[in-house]
Amino acid sequence: MILHFVERVLQTILVLLVISFVAFMLISTLGDPLGVLLPPDATIAERNALIARLNLDQPLLQRFWSFVMGILQGDFGLSYRTQQDVGAMIAERLPATVELAFVSLLITIVLAIPAGILCGVKPKTLVSRAIMLVSIAGITLPNFVIGILLIAVFSVHLGWFPSFGRGTVVELGNWTTGLLTVSGWQAIILPAFTLASFQMTFVIRMLRTQLMEVGHSEHIRFARARGLSETRVWFVYAIRNALLPTVTMLGLQLGNIIAFSVVTESVFAWPGLGSLFLQSVQSADIPVIAIYLIFVGAVYMLINLAVELSYPLIDPRLKRRSA
Amino acid sequence: MGLNGSLRTIRACVATLAIGAALPLHAAEFKFAGPLDAYTLDPHAVSNTLVFAVLHNVYESLVQRSPDLALEGVLATEWNQVDDLTWEFKLRPNVKFSNGNVFNADDVVFSFDRAKKGGVSSHLSDVARIEKVDDLTVRLISNKPSPILPNQLVNWMMADQEWASENGAEAPGQADNSAEGFANRNAMGTGPYVIASRDPGVRTDFKANPNWWGEIKGNVDSATFFVIANPSTRVSALMSGEVQMIDGVPPQDTQRIEQTDGLKIAAKPDLRTVYLQPDVARDELIHGSAKGNPFKDPKVREAMDLVIDREAIQKRIMRGYSTPVGLPIAKEVEGSSDELNTPTKPDIERAKALMEEAGYGDGFEVTLDCTNDRFINDEATCLAIGSFLSQINIKVTPRVQPTARWAQQINPPGYNTSLTLLSYSPYSYDAHQFLTALATTRNPDSGLGAFNIGGYSNPELDRLTVEIGTESDQEKRRALLNEALTILKNDHSFIPIHQLQILWALKEGVEVVQLADLAYPLAWFKVPE
Repeated sequence: MILHFVERVLQTILVLLVISFVAFMLISTLGDPLGVLLPPDATIAERNALIARLNLDQPLLQRFWSFVMGILQGDFGLSYRTQQDVGAMIAERLPATVELAFVSLLITIVLAIPAGILCGVKPKTLVSRAIMLVSIAGITLPNFVIGILLIAVFSVHLGWFPSFGRGTVVELGNWTTGLLTVSGWQAIILPAFTLASFQMTFVIRMLRTQLMEVGHSEHIRFARARGLSETRVWFVYAIRNALLPTVTMLGLQLGNIIAFSVVTESVFAWPGLGSLFLQSVQSADIPVIAIYLIFVGAVYMLINLAVELSYPLIDPRLKRRSA
Repeated sequence: MGLNGSLRTIRACVATLAIGAALPLHAAEFKFAGPLDAYTLDPHAVSNTLVFAVLHNVYESLVQRSPDLALEGVLATEWNQVDDLTWEFKLRPNVKFSNGNVFNADDVVFSFDRAKKGGVSSHLSDVARIEKVDDLTVRLISNKPSPILPNQLVNWMMADQEWASENGAEAPGQADNSAEGFANRNAMGTGPYVIASRDPGVRTDFKANPNWWGEIKGNVDSATFFVIANPSTRVSALMSGEVQMIDGVPPQDTQRIEQTDGLKIAAKPDLRTVYLQPDVARDELIHGSAKGNPFKDPKVREAMDLVIDREAIQKRIMRGYSTPVGLPIAKEVEGSSDELNTPTKPDIERAKALMEEAGYGDGFEVTLDCTNDRFINDEATCLAIGSFLSQINIKVTPRVQPTARWAQQINPPGYNTSLTLLSYSPYSYDAHQFLTALATTRNPDSGLGAFNIGGYSNPELDRLTVEIGTESDQEKRRALLNEALTILKNDHSFIPIHQLQILWALKEGVEVVQLADLAYPLAWFKVPE
């Protein structure tokens, strides 16, 4: 058990180091930060002075080394573009993205799970077929198209929800939340729905397939043969089995949601990490891009680690094997 | 509202009356959105149009451009040249920063030293030092005679010495600073507004400054600037009424906006001018295939100039929102004349004949380096230029990249391009700035002409440029500028395309003033109450 734990943690650290290096390599080919930092008519001397100050003239590995050492000491560097502390910039934008991910997950659970169950239990009804048809849109339409469509209908035409921003936010210590104000909730609905559209389709289809499969499995047939009511068969025996992999997948998708939010955030001018990332890419703001990539990688890895570490608790067979 | 509340309101009214003329008579709130945010609130850290656009509401310079483009005094009331090297500025009396500190010559001297350490130092490169004469008089002493020195100072903003030293903001922010500068997130100026709150990259709130020495000509007493990167969301926010004005309207949306009740477009020429610059320095094309370097032949360059239909680009791509030009500088810039700045009429037959004469009748291949996020429809303009050039058998392969990558490739020291689409906007409103920064022969030792991307060189033009720099007689200077620009035009080493326009969309009833330097002068805006 302890061995399993140590092994996983070491693997995670190794992968994070690789991610850091890949991020660092990617950004070194991204573009010229000097173009942003220097006035268009700067002299060669001014240019060289800045290159030296930013250590851009040092060998790549040495730059990577000081970069990693800095991160380990909590020094994330300064943004080239805004000259702010990168750690503080990420911390400032994190609540918006986390809340967006959370609400979109909530929408997925509230809407997609019942819909998926319906489609799995009664696949031939008109409603089920309609749901399946509409859900194709969630996969085929790109996120930004869904976002723009929603804005056109609900903001411009109906005027129900704002087309951009986060509404009024309340500060709770280091965290800002829009979930305590009416305007905050109004603002989050469209982007959260846009972000949820892909997950919803995913969950509906997965649940449907699972249920249809479980519906034919032996223990369900046995339950039917015992004369249990149809409701009891589905809701006590079938759905519990089908829901387990779906919920696991949803947990893993949380990392995906954070990464996917770049597009959605840009459409709705949502002040989260995704917008920050895009603004940074536009101006080749290398320190921010690097930290963002490493941060998203770390989020993925941590969720993965948590899931893997919890496996032996869920499935005792794993515990026995590793012991 | 209880008794207490009413009392408070009355007191607030009295307070407003007591403050007097600084506040607009009828207060109104104004919300607007643009594609990008100012990187920093520090007035001296970077030389960037966006930063200046936002900060001019908070900080003020000694002089500025009025809506009719004339130079007018702001924190200076008068200025004159004492001798060839010295300009004297009389400062406006009774000016206070919004924290109540008095503005005087010490602040100007401080702002000079501070600006010299930051990204705006290039605006002060002609000034060697500053002298305080008395509390309300300063002298700027230049390295060499500089007849248009005041024109270069429009973006040199005045900061409060006491405020800066109290908050440890004596030096402007630098990219390598170990700590973030205080002035990066906080502002203290003498201007019409103060920044009430700010969320970088998201929103900035302005409030009228009750201590302002001037008078708000419009009626905006509080304003919010939102950053909305996505152009269609920006248009939606305007249509749904969440904002009253948007900057950076996509030209393809202008028609739809004009046809919508209650919305209108406001356009005005921008100083930024787009032009092509071929590599005339190397003996071979580095990105393309041809016999030698065809761009070295003036006939080829003239043929290229003749074959580009600028009116078609204006009509089809810019939807009317551009001004075709005959010089790589805007029509409002000192030195431009109607005669020189009339765009070349397309003449394909003559262009073909010129190519034939130059020995390139069968054409050649070249890569055209362009951006896709630098200015309105840059990518579409680039593709159109490619198809025009194909009429004289120049096979153009457009290489379209984000600005950051493009800049890394074409900028010094590499100059890694054979043909590129560029743009320039001289903040001094003077063509001499273009000549010194972009058209002077490259000299690695002195740093002159570093951003002459194509490596253009004409000794006669270099001589004239130096002469213009020191000529203080306005008439003679104008004649010299005309002579220099005529040479520039006839050499065709800069092939002008068009001057851009500032493109805003407004709610009906909103009145704005658009300045050619892209600023948002809120004090002149009127909105319905």
